[in-house]
Amino acid sequence: MSHFRVDLRQRAEETIALYPHARSAMLPLLHLAQEQDGYLSEAGIEEVAELTGTTPADVRGTASFYDMFHLEPVGTYVVGVCTNIACLLGGASELLDHARRALGAEVGATSDDGLFTLEETECLADCDRAPCVSVNHRFVRTTTVAAFDELVDELRAGARDHDIPRHGTLVRVRRSGGLRSSSEEIALERRVAREARERRANDVKGASS
Amino acid sequence: MSGVPIVTARARYEDSYTLARYLSTGGYEGLRRALTMFPDDVVAQVDEASLLGRGGAGFPAGRKWQMLRAAEVTYLVVNGDESEPATFKDHFLLERDPHQLIEGVVIAAYALQVTRAFIFVRGEFALGLERVQQAVNDAYAHGALGRNIFDSKFSLDVVVHPGAGAYICGEETALLEALEGKRGFPRIKPPFFPAVHGLYGAPTVVNNVETMSNLPWIMIHGGAAFAALGVGRSSGTRLFALAGRVNSPGVYEVEMAKSTFRDLIYDPAWGGGVIGGAEVRAIIPGGVSAPWFGPEHLDVALGQDEVAAHGSMLGSGSVVVLDETSCVVRAAWRITKFFARESCGQCTPCREGSGWIERAMYRLEHGGGRHEDLALLLDLCDNIAPGLGWPPQQTTICVLGSSIPSAVNSAISMFPDEFARHVAHGGCPYPTEALR
Repeated sequence: MSHFRVDLRQRAEETIALYPHARSAMLPLLHLAQEQDGYLSEAGIEEVAELTGTTPADVRGTASFYDMFHLEPVGTYVVGVCTNIACLLGGASELLDHARRALGAEVGATSDDGLFTLEETECLADCDRAPCVSVNHRFVRTTTVAAFDELVDELRAGARDHDIPRHGTLVRVRRSGGLRSSSEEIALERRVAREARERRANDVKGASS
Repeated sequence: MSGVPIVTARARYEDSYTLARYLSTGGYEGLRRALTMFPDDVVAQVDEASLLGRGGAGFPAGRKWQMLRAAEVTYLVVNGDESEPATFKDHFLLERDPHQLIEGVVIAAYALQVTRAFIFVRGEFALGLERVQQAVNDAYAHGALGRNIFDSKFSLDVVVHPGAGAYICGEETALLEALEGKRGFPRIKPPFFPAVHGLYGAPTVVNNVETMSNLPWIMIHGGAAFAALGVGRSSGTRLFALAGRVNSPGVYEVEMAKSTFRDLIYDPAWGGGVIGGAEVRAIIPGGVSAPWFGPEHLDVALGQDEVAAHGSMLGSGSVVVLDETSCVVRAAWRITKFFARESCGQCTPCREGSGWIERAMYRLEHGGGRHEDLALLLDLCDNIAPGLGWPPQQTTICVLGSSIPSAVNSAISMFPDEFARHVAHGGCPYPTEALR
């Protein structure tokens, strides 16, 4: 029995087919597991292990290295406030303090209603709109207290569902089709190209001697 | 001002990321040109262009490729894991002009005769990932990817691979580990280059997003035209990500080595001056791994060798401005906190050293700092990068470790009085930075 929904299971298998080795699909598959459950559940981890030919311990060990993977449930909206150098210089400490109060969550914790998880992040590479705030990895560009409050109201009202999907959904654009060249075709073409290159090299040698 | 926009030419259009806009502005013409040439001649053009890698190390792309002529390159990997603090130029290119990147990837793949390419995009760039994936889909449909690209008999598949949040994956061997589905641990060197031992051990070329994005222009205008821009080895343009205490932070395309830090910070078309007309106290060029500059360096030219000659690096193209209202101790503490958090933990000097330095810097900034802490900090830094020279000595598998001392060492040597004030004051005498 698959823990993944039918559509996600299919996407997982299509993703694996893009790589020379199944394990390479580890990070994309963990994102898929998180898309379904909002975090990495035991069952999700077991399914990724099965799909990648690894063990649940191996999957957990890999996932725990990466900041974006959550091994515990998180809120519907994971709000990140960057406090790295450019944002620090732009008042990030003040905004983070405000965010704690506005969301009702300490840094690293989730609000009682399960709606918000607050994170203090490292640089998110959006430094010309400091301090940088992201919600579920969407850059919301709210650099003032008033704009932040407005965003929170919109999120509570569900008014941002079109551009901010619930936590876990990362990429909404699907790849169209699998690989167009098979490994056999690649091997054949490489051989032909190599032979052509050698012929050309010989011609050059012949011309210069 | 730079007269020739190369990689930002399309950025002024709202729909710059669409195939329609790309095609109506000369898109995929560089690829068509490249496909009429011998692959080796494409490599020669890039070599002539003197295209220095735009990721941070500044290694010439043409030379990197030529190292592989004898080998059979199996994979091309694009490093789009931009995570160096205050660097946001690849983020800009991924969101605003993904087709330009893809065209560059196909050109590079053709030059190297590679049939599989991976674009590794930082996981936190949800919109960037969506834009690049959509562009890949459209490029397949347009015949710019897949079998027989533009009827040339050359075929290429491109896979967009999302990262998952780890600064260290910007290091190319850590990125390859992540692409193999593992923890992002940098690989032990030698072998030094993925060219020798890359993805799954096969010969692999890893290039940065901005590096790739320059290739369409080079194919259309020629390597010589690119080399004619800039000064000496620093040819073409570079994207500078300007941030911190300036009126107009942003990504600016600047002809290499023709302008200075002063131009970038004060020109009305670029930074537009320091907020409130304050004086520059320090500049962090090239990312937080770089040694800092002071106001006396404002007239240093924005070129790779020019910045290196003054003891720092152009690195990732980021420029952070600290002014007289900014606390340099706080800034250096925050940078160290970043390294302590992002150290992958493989090597003792980096794993333990970053935490020690962070704790000592924390107490100087927040109260409890002592005069002896300065000597302690320098000793810790010396343990990670012996001699504290530039470029630094390396005691760790990758350069994250040797990057840690830059900020602390710069702050202590440039602003010893600021540290003394913190000790005397029992913490930071500066107010918390206010929101604008």
